[in-house]
Order: sequence, then C-alpha cells, then structure tokens
Amino acid sequence: MCRLFAITSKEPLSPMAAIHALNVMKEGHDGSGVGLFLTDLGGSFERFKGAPILSGIFSNEGIRALDRYMLDLDFMVKYKLSIRPAKTPPPGTPKRDNYLVRVYDYPPDWQSLSKEEIEFRLMLTRLNLRQMGEQDGSMIVFSFWPDVIMLKEVGDPLVLAEYLGLDNEEFQARIILAQGRQNTNYAIDIYACHPFFIQGYSTMTNGENTAFVPIREYLASRNYAGYVGYQSDSEVFTHILHFAQQKLGMGLDMYKHLLTPLKDEELQRHQNGDRLRAVKHACRPLIIDGPNCVIGCLPDRTLFMVQDSKKLRPGIVGGASGMFAFSSEMCGLDAAIPARNKSEDFQPMKYDTVMVPPHRQEVVRWNQWER
Amino acid sequence: MESMGKISPSTLSKSDLPWQIIWNKEACTLCGRCTAVCPVRAIELGVHRKRVVQTIIGLTEKPGNVFTVYHGVDQRTDPAHACIGCGMCDLVCPNAAIRPIRSMDVDKLRFHVNQGGVPRRRGGRRNDPRSVLDEIKFIRISMLTDPALDAGRHDFELRTLLGRVLPAEDLVKTTRENGWAPPVREIYPLIIGSMSFGALSPNMWEGLQMGVAYLNEEKGMPVRICTGEGGCPPRLLRSRFLKYVILQIASGYFGWDEIIHALPKMKEDPCAIEIKYGQGAKPGDGGLLMWYKVNKLIAAIRGVPQGISLPSPPTHQTLYSIEESVAKMIQSMSMAWGFRVPVYPKISATSTTLAVLNNLTRNPYASGLAIDGEDGGTGAAYNVSMNHMGHPIASNIRDAYLNLVKIGKQNEIPIFAGGGIGKNGNLAANAAALIMLGASGVQIGKYIMQAAAGCLGSESDRCNICNIGLCPKGITSQDARLYRRLDPEQVAERVVDVYLSFDQELRKIMAPLGRSTSLPIGMSDALGIADGDAAARLKIRHVL
Repeated sequence: MCRLFAITSKEPLSPMAAIHALNVMKEGHDGSGVGLFLTDLGGSFERFKGAPILSGIFSNEGIRALDRYMLDLDFMVKYKLSIRPAKTPPPGTPKRDNYLVRVYDYPPDWQSLSKEEIEFRLMLTRLNLRQMGEQDGSMIVFSFWPDVIMLKEVGDPLVLAEYLGLDNEEFQARIILAQGRQNTNYAIDIYACHPFFIQGYSTMTNGENTAFVPIREYLASRNYAGYVGYQSDSEVFTHILHFAQQKLGMGLDMYKHLLTPLKDEELQRHQNGDRLRAVKHACRPLIIDGPNCVIGCLPDRTLFMVQDSKKLRPGIVGGASGMFAFSSEMCGLDAAIPARNKSEDFQPMKYDTVMVPPHRQEVVRWNQWER
Repeated sequence: MESMGKISPSTLSKSDLPWQIIWNKEACTLCGRCTAVCPVRAIELGVHRKRVVQTIIGLTEKPGNVFTVYHGVDQRTDPAHACIGCGMCDLVCPNAAIRPIRSMDVDKLRFHVNQGGVPRRRGGRRNDPRSVLDEIKFIRISMLTDPALDAGRHDFELRTLLGRVLPAEDLVKTTRENGWAPPVREIYPLIIGSMSFGALSPNMWEGLQMGVAYLNEEKGMPVRICTGEGGCPPRLLRSRFLKYVILQIASGYFGWDEIIHALPKMKEDPCAIEIKYGQGAKPGDGGLLMWYKVNKLIAAIRGVPQGISLPSPPTHQTLYSIEESVAKMIQSMSMAWGFRVPVYPKISATSTTLAVLNNLTRNPYASGLAIDGEDGGTGAAYNVSMNHMGHPIASNIRDAYLNLVKIGKQNEIPIFAGGGIGKNGNLAANAAALIMLGASGVQIGKYIMQAAAGCLGSESDRCNICNIGLCPKGITSQDARLYRRLDPEQVAERVVDVYLSFDQELRKIMAPLGRSTSLPIGMSDALGIADGDAAARLKIRHVL
C-alpha cells in the first residue's frame, strides 16, 4: 500500500514539507518510488504563471532531441532549472543525466488558438515527447502545463529529496501532492508512479484497482488521445476525473457517484435517484470496486479526497484556515500540521467527498445522499 | 414365404444398443412398475421358458427334463423402442432389481435411427460433455496487496443491465433536453432463457414462473424469464407478473395474436422483447414443436390446429436483409410498447456474429444481443444440427465484446451469452467466466430443467426425448398423465434454491477477485487457462 500526502497552503511551501510527512509514514511504503506534483507555484516559477512548464527526466541525448523538437514547434525556453545530480545515486535509484524543469514561451502562432485547443496541443506535445523517449529511455516526461511541476523517481523519498536537492529555494508551491510508493504487482516503472497528470488534473491513489482492465478498456476506447499510459492501475482515476469534468461536464460532486455509485435500493430513496441512476448506467464501466483512497487536485486548485465504498483504505484531512493537509495516515498529518484542532479532523467514509476549495478557508464535505 | 427367423439390416441385439437393461430375477417382485413407467416401452413383460435337467439318484430312472416358465422383463431391440437410459425403471423399482447400463462398445443403433428416411430428431444438447468454460480458472486473487472482500458480510450488487445504455457523452445532452432515453432494465445476470409453453409442460412453466415471482417479490432478486416462441398464457399477460417476463417472438410468430390482443389490457410492460433469429442448438434451423405435443391447450395459445407439427421457418419470412430485420422489426416491436420496452435479437453463435453486432451498434433501438452457443439445448431438433452445427460460445462472446471495446460501445449494447452454461454442473463458474470474457449476463435453459425439475438428459445421449412428449419427469410433456408427476410448487422451490445458491457461489468467485459493487464484465485479467491456444484465442492468461 502506498502512502499519500497532499497539502494546500496560503504561503508557498518547500516540497520537503510533504517529503517529511511521507517519511513519518515510512512504515507503509518500501521506497520503490516517490512522486511529487506541485502547483500554484512560488519561488522562481511564480512569475511564469501562464507559461507551460515541462517536467521530466532526460538523458543528455534526450535533451538534444527535446531541443530540436521544441524548436521545430517554435517553443522558446523562458527559464530552466536542471538538476544534475551527484555521481552516485542512492541505492536502488538509477543514474540519470538530468532532472529537468523548463518554462517555455508559447509558439507565436498559438496566440490565436482557443483555450481548449492550446490545452489539447500541450497534452499532445507531452505525449509526443513521451513517445519519442520511450524507445531508448532518453526522455521521461511527467507534465507539460502552466504552473505545474512534477518529479518522480525510484528510491526512498527523504534520501531522494536530499540527493536531488529539493530543499532548493526555487522549488516552492502552495499545493503539493506526494506519494511514497509501495510497488505491488507491477514492475518498477517510473510512469507507474503516482501522482498522475492530465491537463491540470492530478490524482494519486492508495490500493489496487481491481476493476482496472474494464476501466482501461473503456477510457482507451473514448477516442481521446490523452487516455493512454496505464502502467499503473491507478492512472485511470485521474483520467476518470478528467473524463467526468472535461467530457461529461460534471462537477466534483459527481466523481464519487461515478467511482462508487449508490446501490439500486439506495437510489430509489435518493432525491436525485433517477438522474443518478442514468449516470450509473451510462458510466457503469468506470465503477471501482477495489480498496482505494483517491486524493487529487483540480485545475482550479481544489484539493479533494474520496474513498471506495467499503472504506478499506485510511484517509484523513485536517488543518486550519490557510493550510490543510490530506494524508493517508494520521501521523503524516500530525507531522505536517501539528498545531491544529484535531477534533475537526475528518476521515471520509464510504459516502463522503471532502475538499478544500482554492480559497483554503475550510474543509467542505458532503456525502452522496446530499448531492 | 419368409422364414420366421429372418433378420433385417436393422435387426439389432441388445449389445448393439447404447443402453442395456440389467434385470435381476431374484430381486424382481414382478410388480410391473418398470414396464409401466418406461417412456419408450423399451421393456415389456417377458415370459421365459426354462429347461432344467433332472437327474434322479440311482439308475432306475433316466434323467429327464423339467420345463418351467418364469416371468420377467424383456428388452426390446427395434430402433423405435431402444432404451434411452433414462433410468425411470430403476427409480420406480422397489427392490433395485433393474437398471440401464451404458454399453462399453460404440452402439450400432446410431446407424439405424433413420427408419423411413427420417433422420433422428431429439431434444437435449450437443452430445459432447466437454466444456472449455470448465477449464477457465479465476486467477486474480486479492492477496495482501489489496484485501479480499467478504462474500458473506460485504455489500454485493449482482445486477446487470438489459437495454440500450446511452453513451456517457450523450447523457448530459439528453437529460438537459429532456430527450428520449432508451429503456433499460436492471436485472439479475442469470436469466431463464427461452423455453416455450409447449416445449415445456404446463406444470413446468407454472413452476418456473412461480419461482421467478418469488425470487422477485420475496428475495428482491430481479430474475427474468423468457417465454420462448409459444406465446404466453392469457392470465399471465394480463397480470402484474408480466414485468418479470421477456416475451419472445420468433419466425413462426406463435402466440403473438394473443399477445397483441392483450396489449391494451396489460397492467405492466414486459421486461423486454426477444426477437429470435437463431438458437445455439440448431443454428440456421427454425423452432420445432412436434405433433405429439400440440394438444388443445397448446393449439389454443399458439393459434394453430391441434395435432400437427409446428416447424418455424429458419428465418423471419417478412425479412430479407439484416437491415430490415434490425431496423423494422426492432422498431416495430419498440413502437408497440411506446418505446418503453427493450427489444433485442437473439442469434445463434456464428462466425458472422460480428456483422450482426456491428449492425446493431448503429441502430439506436437495439437493446442488446443474445448469443446462443453450440451447446444450447432444445426441445426438438435434428440430431445432425445439434451435434455438428454451431459455434462455441466462449470465443464468440469474447470477439463480440472486444469488437465493442474497439468501437467504444462495450457499455451501450449488452451481450448475453447462452449455450451449455453449467452443463457439467458448474453454473456459477461458467457464468462468471463468460461475464469476465465480456457477457453482461447469461441465459440458461437445460440447467434449470435439470436442477429445478430433475431432467435426466445428458450430453452422453441419455434420455433426450423432449421432442416426442414422453418426458418421464413430465418436464417437456403435454400429457397430463406424465406432467402431473411434476409438482409446480416443488419446481418453484427448486428454482429459488438454484438462484440462492448461484448467488452465493457468484459472490464466492467475485469477492476474492476484489469485486462486489459492479458485475465484473470484461474483467479478463482475472481469467486463466492451461490451454495455451485457448488463452491466446480468448486473450486471457496462459497458466500452468
């Protein structure tokens, strides 16, 4: 089982805040990977709010290929932060040439494009780069999106963070998603590491997704270029969220209804039973059945958490106005925000969705019976 | 002048028959029950002469013969009266003095069951006990990395959908514009498939209907039963129980006069309409109710004269192309119920299934597709059709499902699988395997006859005389002397037993796989098989 930690804060934080929380929860992950998603950036990246940022791992040859490709597309590098790590990586961590975070200027001819088209092209660019690098491993691309930095690597979170120098002042973010990975039934593949990302949506998940294959088949058959990958069974949670919001026009309140719809007899008693039943039918292949806790972030910087319908995974949210954290274990939350009113901590149960809106004033929660 | 001892080409000895009657003279009480019960009169009273040589001690008298007579049973050997192995003689014998045993050798009867140039017709299934479904294992067990669910304590929802499901992308628009959404039924994934009133006896039909009603109303299990092509009793058509019934229309249109006339008086819509274009047991052949079974009641319900055979044509006579059969017939049937009732075709599994399916995907009124594999049962068919025609269900369902996945419509058109499910008793395992290969649910016929009514038929060619109305259990007979052996109440009880135990077994399969709240349709990663070719063909894991 993985360990998950997410924090949203009025003031920018170092990713080390999340890494320390993961470290406290160390018992529950085996160091087979760590993943970070940073958004609402501070530090050096604050001034590039609208410009797309490319995050990934590149070999020296990969960087040359990247430059050629991006130049052809007329992308201009605006700012870059490359981490060239020390010669000897920690045990279990592969030796990499460059961890790269680059801010680009849009190609001039994109100016006339609609927001949707720009977002689509950004996604395609990320996928093309990923595909180009997949053969020889020269490029591993995590995200290409404004105000988003992602980093993933194999190894113990704290050791890796020190190795990569994540306490660098340039890395600051108001929203951080972090996962300490317990590799289970899949080979260690960096693309299998949470959090996952598509067009501003990011989620990370605890537990195996037993309905993975039918969900993957359904998403992959939506005829949408972004629904690819699936090195991890949890990537579908990100894509379901994206599908619900971008393709079906649904709000976050429906995400839980898609993943774990109410049972038929429950729908008969629900005020919106007929509508929800139609949704349940139409989205039946998206139902999850496994033991999962999903923590995610929306493009508008809302953080949220939902549970499977049997509540087989832990999850807790707590904090105070201005700073809230979501954690798979209470000790992670305690480490990140020790001075909080613990009586207001909330552990979402089988019907609940909890979220912290972008203003970070409160934890909003509702259950499936209310919406 | 012919000699009395002549033999004809079809003269057979007892050893040439597939079943031999073993009779124990010592135990026999001569009660006559066995000869009375034998459905094909394979045994009859035998009066035997026996010689005993008596040798008197001493030499004064010569040894002599004593001729005695004893009574017992004789097995008849002409093809029309060959033992069918049903074992009813054994069932009724008070002293276990008689039973049929299968011949060790290949029988010679098979070469002679075409007397008068009429090929053999029979009921039952393809005579082959093998089943690839039995070989499929469920290998994805939740173990340590994710907790297995508890089949006894966790919430389960074993439901499937019958009906055209709106694509998720269209749902928002349809809801916003208050548009028409196709009717969808939430039903139990194990359907009692089409067995007509006529093929089955009235008592069997009544028992099945009562069992289904009980499961729905007392157990909360939305079990559905299909009528088959034989109409529906008028009282049922006008009752609230009609909602548990799928009405079938087939190429003979039997009973549809009555159904159409009952339309204005229906209190409930039927669950669905099944248009039968084919069946697995006799693909490309029409339905057949032989004259033996067309009595006054059957004739009245079907709207035909008494005592004639009722062969339905192989295809619907009003149709000449798939476009018509789909577009016109589905739409007409939908319209008859105001577009409130799902209408779907049932076809025999065939290598052309995908062509049918692809056509259905383009018809917004097509509510699903039922595919019946080669192991499907029937009340009457030509032996050659049953044994040699048809396509296995597993790969046909898999191809159909993967084809839907390819075009992204796997949730829109449910596929139902039939044909040989549970033929070796492994009902839940076979059903679960088909569901994980891509079926939305399964249809059973023969299994429910065996489990709920004690049908004796087997794939080793036991009994299988459903076609001539002499069913020794009264399941497929229209003779009151036979079908009164079957108590409808007890059939209903057994139907309930079957469903409750199936439900529990299905949970026992699903829970360790980590599934409970949605039927694992297409969860092929859970399946494995030791046969590498089968694994490659079905796109499941090869395990040894």
